[in-house]
Amino acid sequence: MPAPLQQAPLLQASQLYCERDERVLFARLDFTLHSGELVQVEGPNGAGKTTLMRSLTGLNQYFEGEVRWRGYSLAQDTTAFHAETLALGHHSGIKLPLTPTENLRWIAAARGISLHDLDARIAFSLDAVGLSGFEHQPAHTLSAGQKRRITLARLFLEPATLWVLDEPFSAIDKAGVAALEGLLGDHIQRGGAALVVTHHDLRLARPHHRLLLGQGRRGEWQWQEAVAA
Amino acid sequence: MTIKRASLPPLLEAASLPPLSQGFGALLRRDLLLASRQRSDLIYPVFFFFMVVSLFPLGIGPDGKLLAKTAPGILWIAALLSTLLATDSLFRQDYDDGTLEILLSSPQSSFVFVTAKVLAHWLVASLPLLLFAPLIAVMLHLDGRGIGILLASLALGTPILSLISAIGASLTVGLRRGSMLVALIALPLYVPVLIFAVGAVETATLGGSVAGHIGYLAAMLVLAVTLAPFAIAAGLAISVKA
Amino acid sequence: MQQRVNQAETKTATLWQWINNTFHRFGSPKYFYDLTGKLLPWCWAGVLLVLIPGLIWGLAFAPPDYYQGNSYRIIFIHVPAAGIAMMGYAVMAFAGIVTLVWRMKMADVIAKVVAPIGASFTFLCLVTGAIWGRPTWGTWWEWDARLTSMLILFFLYVSVMALRAAIEHPDVAARATAVLSIVGIVNLPIIRYSVNWWNTLHQPSSIRLTGSSLAPEMLYPLLACIVGFYFLFAVLVMLSARNEVLLREYRSAWVKKWLKP
Repeated sequence: MPAPLQQAPLLQASQLYCERDERVLFARLDFTLHSGELVQVEGPNGAGKTTLMRSLTGLNQYFEGEVRWRGYSLAQDTTAFHAETLALGHHSGIKLPLTPTENLRWIAAARGISLHDLDARIAFSLDAVGLSGFEHQPAHTLSAGQKRRITLARLFLEPATLWVLDEPFSAIDKAGVAALEGLLGDHIQRGGAALVVTHHDLRLARPHHRLLLGQGRRGEWQWQEAVAA
Repeated sequence: MTIKRASLPPLLEAASLPPLSQGFGALLRRDLLLASRQRSDLIYPVFFFFMVVSLFPLGIGPDGKLLAKTAPGILWIAALLSTLLATDSLFRQDYDDGTLEILLSSPQSSFVFVTAKVLAHWLVASLPLLLFAPLIAVMLHLDGRGIGILLASLALGTPILSLISAIGASLTVGLRRGSMLVALIALPLYVPVLIFAVGAVETATLGGSVAGHIGYLAAMLVLAVTLAPFAIAAGLAISVKA
Repeated sequence: MQQRVNQAETKTATLWQWINNTFHRFGSPKYFYDLTGKLLPWCWAGVLLVLIPGLIWGLAFAPPDYYQGNSYRIIFIHVPAAGIAMMGYAVMAFAGIVTLVWRMKMADVIAKVVAPIGASFTFLCLVTGAIWGRPTWGTWWEWDARLTSMLILFFLYVSVMALRAAIEHPDVAARATAVLSIVGIVNLPIIRYSVNWWNTLHQPSSIRLTGSSLAPEMLYPLLACIVGFYFLFAVLVMLSARNEVLLREYRSAWVKKWLKP
């Protein structure tokens, strides 16, 4: 187990409460995420998994409770949190008329990544997701799975401590899923942390946590421990 | 070809922020690149402008004197509508494909991104208008000095219009009935620009000094460039973070 | 010495606490409801004792104008309505600032109910201006600087109401309309200035609805009408804000208790 970067947990959520259309999605939700930990978020459709992910990453401001990053409240300052977090949601931010390289180039610059040898790193990342040979083709000529992999290439490009992945396995083939599971293991091995929304039975080399949402009408939830595969 | 378990980059220990120009330049380059791949964005506003102007002689008659007298107003109202129509979907695609989520969860300030987007949009949608406006002005019998001042007023005025309608676009980006609303929001706010710009062109055709008009337009441009991005960034945050 | 400093500190602390408490109390729907319940009778009294006598005095007993005869009497409605129209927008924008900065729920209730009321007074001002224009200028509508500014103010109200109506999520609607009304209030002085400037350019001089000096027999009823209109505005805002509070808080215990005593 690698030593945590600091004393405070990476991410600490306390007393989160959110309702949508007069329906309680989650209530009194508390959890902490330390460096080297992974939480799999599960729950039936409409249970509020995506809303929780958006609340944690600052893309939903209509919830109650507090989220802290390395001990500092996100209500005060989000700059450090955003710099260290890589969130991949349902929408990819991929522009279809642009090539994979062009897409990653602007995303990297907008995410505040150092531009030093950026092109070489983009080429490496695209190769890692099996898109070598497609680097300079407009994205609209690629298949759904290939477009999805442009987004996943950001995992190799951005040096982020926290990964927040919403349904990362959609449109990915079996071998790709296994590789992604391996990467999730590598990421927490190196001291990172991850929040992953998926129904897929995660097979990781290390134990992880499971957060089950939608366990009742009043925003009940459960916390479970999953063993290593 | 599938995903490899390649090595991940080393973790960032302390985040050092890149210069603001990095995000600005990246987004500006991206939007210009996109426009160069979708060239229709460049010519549609010009054709719209041309068509609206042509409707006026058909509507009020071909009398040259009447046209010359009303030309400043006609040209400016056509330019205003063209800018409005081009800007109302300024953020729509970026909202649908998730670009805005990336920009709003970037460690960089969204103020910078907003300014880059509006600038890129102005270069794509309004700059071509400036190139073609003299030709279209000639058709309305506007004289040489009038055309010169028309260009100056368009150069100073259209960026203000883009910034104003970007406020409307940012507040309505998540809504289905967006475009009509953007017009309702932006048009009353366009009034001062229209008044000073048309005043400048009219005064120029009458041979008066237009320094005052142009000064007001320049002052409004400075005000819009400094204040509007705050409102646009706030509007985007409200629309996206829901 | 140390003791005095401590005392001063406690005093500032209590003052700050008092400000904070008052502010938070205003933010509480129940407190707002109770407070407006106590204030309403006084504002009704203002309407009955100031506005109605003022209107009767102005419309029936004030002497006719030397130049305009009786048609000038419309100022007893037109001028107060114009004042309310502008103040209403300012109230809405201020409530918008409070919504955005302090996230106070009650501020948005005020912003929401002020919009249609302010728009109605703006409309009243436009209609009375147009009616007055008929005998004076000979047209139902004259592009007079003040009337044109009022027309644009009316458009600004319409855009704020349209934006609120288009957004389903009430919190998003609150914040979006807050931004728009602040943008509007920043632009209003520029719009007014530009319209005045445009007007002097195109029509050098025209008869104004409000002269530079009014005779005291006309001024006093006008002042009564202006003050009375403010009472009327307060009554209307409080009545609709109380309705809005009940609607928004219908699930809370105090509203349920209020509904079934």
